[in-house]
Amino acid sequence: MSRETLLQARNLQVHRGGAQVLDVPALDLRAGEVLALMGPNGAGKSTLMLALAGLLPPSKGELRFRDAELRTRGDREAFRRRMTMVFQDPLLFDATVAQNIASGLKLRGVPAAERNAQVEDWARRLGLGDLLDRSARHLSGGEAQRTALARAFVLRPEILFLDEPFSALDAQAREGLIDDLGHILAGTGTTAVISTHDQAEAARLSHRLAVMQEGRIVQMGGLREVMNHPEDPFVAAFVGMETLLKGQVVACQEGLLSLRLRKDSGGREVVAMGEAQPGQTVLVGVRPEHVALSLQTDKTSSARNAFPGAVTKVIPRGPFFKVELDCGFFLAAYVTAQSLAELGLQPGRPVIASFKATAVHLIRREGLDSEV
Amino acid sequence: MDLIWEGLRKALELLLTLDPEVLRITLLSLKVSGLATLISLAIGLGVAVPVALNEFPGKRLVIALLNTGMGLPPVVVGLFVTVLLWRNGPLGFLEILYTPTAMILAQAVIASPIIAGISLAALQHLPPGLQLQILALGASRPQMVWLLLKEARLPLLAAVMAGFGGVISEVGASIMVGGNIKGHTRVLTTATVMETGKGNFDVAFALSLILLVMAFSVNALLTNLQQRSRRR
Repeated sequence: MSRETLLQARNLQVHRGGAQVLDVPALDLRAGEVLALMGPNGAGKSTLMLALAGLLPPSKGELRFRDAELRTRGDREAFRRRMTMVFQDPLLFDATVAQNIASGLKLRGVPAAERNAQVEDWARRLGLGDLLDRSARHLSGGEAQRTALARAFVLRPEILFLDEPFSALDAQAREGLIDDLGHILAGTGTTAVISTHDQAEAARLSHRLAVMQEGRIVQMGGLREVMNHPEDPFVAAFVGMETLLKGQVVACQEGLLSLRLRKDSGGREVVAMGEAQPGQTVLVGVRPEHVALSLQTDKTSSARNAFPGAVTKVIPRGPFFKVELDCGFFLAAYVTAQSLAELGLQPGRPVIASFKATAVHLIRREGLDSEV
Repeated sequence: MDLIWEGLRKALELLLTLDPEVLRITLLSLKVSGLATLISLAIGLGVAVPVALNEFPGKRLVIALLNTGMGLPPVVVGLFVTVLLWRNGPLGFLEILYTPTAMILAQAVIASPIIAGISLAALQHLPPGLQLQILALGASRPQMVWLLLKEARLPLLAAVMAGFGGVISEVGASIMVGGNIKGHTRVLTTATVMETGKGNFDVAFALSLILLVMAFSVNALLTNLQQRSRRR
């Protein structure tokens, strides 16, 4: 994979009605990578994306595409012919599927014969082969978004911007489309920026992750890096690190830490990897994927942390279930439908929850002692 | 009742024999109102597109003025256009008062705000992200405007129908700036008023019937276009 920087933003700021809604000091998009922008509604994901796409002139800052600065309206217009964007709303034209897919090519003056071959190719790749003559008015939500994606990919964009492309779809249409999009992105090596508030979606499609809050990027890095090592509680909660407990380091020995959870978190002791000063207050984070459940203590297990507790809630989460536990403190675990049935997991069921010392992520930050 | 039946019978006779005077009046009506509608379409879109696509201070005021303009009374327009075109008026040098040109002008003043108002509403009803989507597909600004108009084609046809319907049936402005001169500026509505005044109900009936049929066929044609593009 090439590592050339395609798009570079510096000191990008957008003001709206006197208020600053975007402030991104630096962002580089490398060729072939998929960058996911995550954050709650209003965090500035769409604003950042529109600014990066040259569709929203920033109030301040610099945008460079392949080392040429996009300064004038003409520069941005030329850039718009080399990228494209798919929005949450498919925004199809009142025309047939084929005409919709062809629309960007037509704007570029591509001759009809050439256009048709490409349209058919991309319609087929997105499973729209039989719908070419159908009016866009009579498509399901999933088919409409597939048409919008075909309309984008047929342009062979150097950068593809995807603004919450699956948010409006039902779970079934969404699953199939995420798979197909993942294959196409990987197969074509398309550089893309995708915004989402769903961590599973980001995990399946992206290489890098930027978590946004109030118009700023609070953490940006490799997907696993951000998912497993969030730098602050907001990012931790947002990337799905559901268990986040306050504790105090009681001992540190050769990279192995003993932590005591606070009294209101049950006062239990947790073993983790890392370096910290005894007495230091930290946040203890555990991803639900890393928590295993069993009916009795497994003496042969290498997991250093094992806590007896009881199931309080079982919540379906697409392909798996989230099980919430009370172990004297809150703990969340993901299990498959099979495990759910085999262990008979339901509210009230006593279980042993275990996780390895390496699965524990510590957030050390100034001022934690004074916070709640 | 006899009056009505006799009138209708005479009217049909006039129509079936293609009375030259009736034919001339009909064609002039079509020409004047058709041209006025075309001019209004150009003006209407010329106003509606920039207002719809841009944010500027006073936008609400412009929209309010347009909406008020949609209900301009034809006699008021007739009065103003007459004063403008009067021999000593600001546009008197054009010497077009009491000509079909003056009637086209007056009717364009009536239809322009109607077409602008409905077109503006049509453009504002397009999905809010559509402009950005079209630009993101690589459209230039003129291409974007064209695609937006194409998306709004159904309500834009309605705007044209409303504009044409408004001017083909108005009488106040046409009589004031045209003068209802036989063979020159006499149109269906002004002739109907005159014949009714003279008690020639048969001729008035014939003219009204033509007016109705004309209004109906033009709208049927446009409706057909509209529904056909809906079904596609």
